[in-house]
Amino acid sequence: MSPVSRGFHGRRRAEDAAPGRVPPGQYVTEDFPVLSAGPTPHVALADWTFSVRQGGEELRSWTWDELRALPAEEITADIHCVTRWSKLDTSWRGVPVEALLEAAGREAGYLLAFCDGGYTTNLPAADVTDGQAWLAYEYDGEPLEPEHGGPARLLVPHLYFWKSAKWVRGLELLDTDEPGFWETYGYHMYGDPWREQRYAGD
Amino acid sequence: MARAAVRGRLTGRLAWQVATVAGVREETATARTIVLTAPGFAGNLAGQHLDVRLTAEDGYTAERSYSIASAPGEPLEITVQRLDEGEVSPYLAGELRPGDELEVRGPIGGYFVWDAADAASPLLLAAGGSGIVPFRSILRHRAQLPGTAAPARLLYSARSADDVIYRSELDRGEPGLAVTYALTRRQPPGWTGHAGRVDDALLGQVAWPAGQDPLAFVCGPTSFVEAVAAGLTGLGYRPARVKTERYGGTGGR
Amino acid sequence: MAAVDGNAIGGLLHEVFGAEMTAAAARCGSCGMTGPVASMVVYRQGPGVVARCRRCSGILMVIVTVRGMNCVDLRGLARLDTTATAGQPAGEGTTW
Repeated sequence: MSPVSRGFHGRRRAEDAAPGRVPPGQYVTEDFPVLSAGPTPHVALADWTFSVRQGGEELRSWTWDELRALPAEEITADIHCVTRWSKLDTSWRGVPVEALLEAAGREAGYLLAFCDGGYTTNLPAADVTDGQAWLAYEYDGEPLEPEHGGPARLLVPHLYFWKSAKWVRGLELLDTDEPGFWETYGYHMYGDPWREQRYAGD
Repeated sequence: MARAAVRGRLTGRLAWQVATVAGVREETATARTIVLTAPGFAGNLAGQHLDVRLTAEDGYTAERSYSIASAPGEPLEITVQRLDEGEVSPYLAGELRPGDELEVRGPIGGYFVWDAADAASPLLLAAGGSGIVPFRSILRHRAQLPGTAAPARLLYSARSADDVIYRSELDRGEPGLAVTYALTRRQPPGWTGHAGRVDDALLGQVAWPAGQDPLAFVCGPTSFVEAVAAGLTGLGYRPARVKTERYGGTGGR
Repeated sequence: MAAVDGNAIGGLLHEVFGAEMTAAAARCGSCGMTGPVASMVVYRQGPGVVARCRRCSGILMVIVTVRGMNCVDLRGLARLDTTATAGQPAGEGTTW
């Protein structure tokens, strides 16, 4: 048995901070920690595209200028990272993912987001509709910084933040739920912070 | 002979064990050396580190690694630099008292190690901030050895004179060791040493010429290590002769 | 937050492999570069540990610890040689 370290408390407990807004096992931070699995990719906006693909076919793609021309929304959301930090009332600007999928004109049950640097993550299509997900390109009123996923990242606040893929370049439409990068190694396929779905089997 | 003894310490199971704080020694206003008693500890090589694990009452655990400050054969000591936003270091460098228990795992590391077989090469140690800790172990081990080791130079970058850890030990001096400080943020009145970060010019002055086949160790924040390692490569040091240990921090890759 | 290097996961690797691994020589499966495990670029603040090649950034190792069990993916390595002498990698030891 590990001895208890007298006087050690770890991070401030969630109950002190914002009762009811913080999922189980999380603590609130004022910072915005930068967590990565690799070096920050850098892409020129002139070279950037976002595409919706299915079965090896590109259904629709947007250049940076085309993305910026789409109707966008201001979003305020609480975000929850599986490494246990939560940040409340973060503000973003982005295009609803739903609009991008509608423009692509096809439907599928599942999505796999793919990103510069090779990262992937999976989501049910039902979780990116009805004001649940955005392609976000501004944070806190400024262009999204590269270390936080800029030029554009997914924003899916109702799931653990590993699903809000940084440096996203597109969505693959799939008929089955395929594990992305962390999901392959044992993280939960869905990732609901309120049911504490951190790992497969939770 | 030395290599065989070295290899023997690097195999075998590595398990968490309970260590008791035997004493603490304040090194600077923000850095503290913790003396540990760990009955199961097999002893360390110079340059190795210890993993430390803390457990809160609700079962929450946090783990960190700290370089071992003591030389082989000496009582086990680590030195912890308090990071203001840290979760563990403010506890270890603050609240922790003699008699408290910690879980430790180690010693760890077989690459960032200096031993008798290295004594014939001119030695360069480049420390950024708390990167000085494993070098205390290395320098004390070097002084333990019989005979005369090749000369050593320590390049120590710290924010100010008040942030220099082991200042009195380093000031006492040692045969065959030259110490150069770079004070990056504040310098005392009348300071004639280097002010500002270690740059290629300073490195060029302090580093042994590559032709002497020197051995270099670089330790500290990642950005410091990357800059110095690149500088040494630029001076002709072969990569296999530049050992690096990165502590992380902001900036860098 | 900056990346660290293979030294930082020395304890984890010892737990996984049953032996000290930081001095072991690793060859990148993507670009062929060889160097000590200690010199890998290690990202460990996120959900798991990702160790990458210092030259090409290709992933060499992924280690995820779930419920006390380590899941280790070494597919990015072409070779991992633990016969290295302490402090001196057995491989070509090029530009790490």
